[in-house]
Amino acid sequence: MSLRRLAPPEIQPASFAFSAENAQWARETIAKYPPGRQASAVISLLWRGQEQEGWVTHPMIESVAKMLSMPFIRVLEVATFYTMFNLEPVGKYLVQVCTTTPCWLRGSDAVVAVCKTHIHPHPHSISDDGKFSWMEVECLGACVNAPMLQIGSDFYEDIDGPITEQLIADLRAGKAVKPGPQNGRTSSEPEGGALTLTDSALFDGSIIGRYKVQAPQPALTDAEAKKPTQAASDREAPKQKPPGAAT
Amino acid sequence: MLADKDRIFTNLYGFQSPGLEAAKKRGQWDNTKAILELGPETIVDIMKKSGLRGRGGAGFPTGLKWSFMPKEIKERPHYLVVNADESEPGTCKDRDIMRNDPHTLVEGCLVASFAMRAHACYIYVRGEFIREREALQRAVDEAYAAKLIGKNNIHGWDFDLYVHHGAGAYICGEETALLESLEGKKGQPRLKPPFPANVGLYGCPTTVNNVESIAVAPTIIRRGAGWFAGIGRPNNTGTKVFCISGHVNKPCNVEEEMGIPLRELIDRHCGGVRGGWDNLLAVIPGGASVPLLPKSICDEVLMDFDSLKNVQSGLGTAAVIVMDKSTDVIKAIQRLAYFYKHESCGQCTPCREGTGWMWRVMTRMVKGDAKVSEIDLLQEVSKEIEGHTICALGDAAAWPIQGLIRHFRPEIEKRIADYSLSASGSVVADAAE
Repeated sequence: MSLRRLAPPEIQPASFAFSAENAQWARETIAKYPPGRQASAVISLLWRGQEQEGWVTHPMIESVAKMLSMPFIRVLEVATFYTMFNLEPVGKYLVQVCTTTPCWLRGSDAVVAVCKTHIHPHPHSISDDGKFSWMEVECLGACVNAPMLQIGSDFYEDIDGPITEQLIADLRAGKAVKPGPQNGRTSSEPEGGALTLTDSALFDGSIIGRYKVQAPQPALTDAEAKKPTQAASDREAPKQKPPGAAT
Repeated sequence: MLADKDRIFTNLYGFQSPGLEAAKKRGQWDNTKAILELGPETIVDIMKKSGLRGRGGAGFPTGLKWSFMPKEIKERPHYLVVNADESEPGTCKDRDIMRNDPHTLVEGCLVASFAMRAHACYIYVRGEFIREREALQRAVDEAYAAKLIGKNNIHGWDFDLYVHHGAGAYICGEETALLESLEGKKGQPRLKPPFPANVGLYGCPTTVNNVESIAVAPTIIRRGAGWFAGIGRPNNTGTKVFCISGHVNKPCNVEEEMGIPLRELIDRHCGGVRGGWDNLLAVIPGGASVPLLPKSICDEVLMDFDSLKNVQSGLGTAAVIVMDKSTDVIKAIQRLAYFYKHESCGQCTPCREGTGWMWRVMTRMVKGDAKVSEIDLLQEVSKEIEGHTICALGDAAAWPIQGLIRHFRPEIEKRIADYSLSASGSVVADAAE
C-alpha cells in the first residue's frame, strides 16, 4: 500500500467546476450505467477533472461527490486509493518512468538518472522552469518495448538515457515529439521486422466465408461416450462372497 | 511453429488498419448471425470442447465458466465484464489486441454475452492505457454505427457495450476487485462465495473474462472446437499470445501454439538470449507472480499450464521475462517484492504487513546485510502469507520469493557471506586506524 493524502489546505484552490464541454461529457458518462448506479462514473469523472486541472483538488472531490450523490468520504477514498490521481500539482509534462523488473532489466536506471539530472533530483518535484516533474511508476504494460515512460496520454517506448534526454529537451523547446517506439519498430513486433503474420492471404479478404459455422456432431457428446456397456458391467461387478465369510 | 493461417490475431502488430472494413477483410464479423443461431447452449458446448482455458492467468476452463451463469434471465439482468486491466509485470498482450485488433474483442463480447444471456457488457481498461482505450472506443462506435451491436442490431440480440476505465491499481485485475471498482468503490476484493456468477456486478449474475479469452471465441466457433483443440497438447489446447521481454535480442509479442518449448520460443521469435543460450540465468515464465526457473529447467520445459505447474511454476499470463547471467537476480526479485508492497490493497493483514516486511528483508539481502537464518525465516513468513488472504495477491507476492530461495539459495548465502566479510574487513580497518 502507499500512503496518500490530499495536498495541504494552503495550496488547495477555492472552488472547482467542470467546463461546459466536460459537464456535458460527464452527463453522458453517468448515463452509461444503470439508474441508481451513477457512482460507477466516479473514476471517469475524477480523471476528467484531473485532465482539466492537472491534479485532484479538495473542491473537485466535493463537486464530484455532489454530482454523483455520493458521500464525500467515498469519493475521497477513491481519489486516495488509485495512484493515477495526482493529489498535488505536477509539471505540465509529468514524466512517469516504469521501473518494474522487465523495464529495469533493460536499463530503466539510466532513464531515471536522466530525469534526476534534467528535471529534478527528487521525484514529485517540479523542475525549475515549471514545465516538468517525474516519478517512478509500476509496470505500465509495454514490457516488450522496455524501457519505456509515459508522458500525458502517450507511451514512449524502446528508450535509453540519451533518447530520454533528447525527448525532454525537445519537449522543453516546444518541439513535436513522436510517441511509441523510438527505435523504428511499429509496435510489439521483433526489431528488424515481423517474422510472423506475413501471409498476405490473411488480409486480402479471401478468408471471408471460408469457415462455415457448424454445430458439433451429436455423436461426440460426453454423455454417449460414457454409457457403460454390458461387458464393462460384468467385469467390474464384485464377486459375491458367501454369507458369513470374513471381510 | 504455428502457421500464419492458424493465428487468430492477424493484426497483432498493427501493420493493417484496426478499422471495421479492414477487420472484416481479416475475417471478423463474418456471418456472426450464424454463430448466434447456434443458440447459447451450443456455443457454450463448443467452448467447452475447444478446451480453451482462461487467458488471464488462472487457466480456468472458459466454457465451464460460461456455463455457471443462470440459464434464464430472472428479475436481475446478466452482465459480461471483460477484464482489460492488464497490469501483471511482463504482460502486454491485451494492449495489442485492443489497439490493433479491437474488433476481435467487440465481436467476442457480443458472442459471449449472447451465450450468457447478457444484454450489457463493460470492458474495464486499465487507466494508463489511454490510447488503447480510445482505439477500443473507436471500434465500439464503428460497430454501433454499422448496427452490429446496440439496440435492434442486425444480429437480433439487443446488446450494449461500454468501455470503462480504472486509474492505476494492479489489484483491480482481480475479478471481484474489478467489480468493486466498476461500482465506483476502492478496488478491494470480495470474499467468495458468493461467486460473481450469482452475485456480481450490482448484485447481478456476472462473468468476468480476460480480453484474450473473449477475443478468441468467435474464431473458435467459426472454425470449430476441433480445430482449436487440435493445436497444442491435451488439456492445454489452442494458441496463445506470448510476451517475451528482458534479456533477449529482440523482445516481442507473438501468437504461438500452447506447449511450445521455451527455448524454441526464445530462439525462433526473439533472436535468442542475449549472449547465447548458455548466457541464460533464469526465466520468469508467466508474469511477475510465478516462481522463476533456472536455466537447467528452461532447457527442456514446455510452455503450457500443466508443464509449468509440474516444475513448480505456472503459465500465468504467458509473459516470459528472461534474465541473462549479468542479472542481479536477488535485486530483480526484490523489485517485484516492492511492486507487491506498492499494490497491496491493504484489506488483509498478512498481505498488507507481509508484503512490506518481505520487501524490507529482500532489500537487505540485495546488499547481503542479513543473517543466513533469515532466508528460512523469509521462506516461513512467505508461507504464512500465501493462502491466508482474500485474493491471490498474497500468493503472488510470496511465490517469486519462494522461487528465488528454491533455486538461488547459494547465491543469497554467498551475498551474505561476502557482505559480512567486507563488513568485518572494514571493522579491522577501522581498528587499525
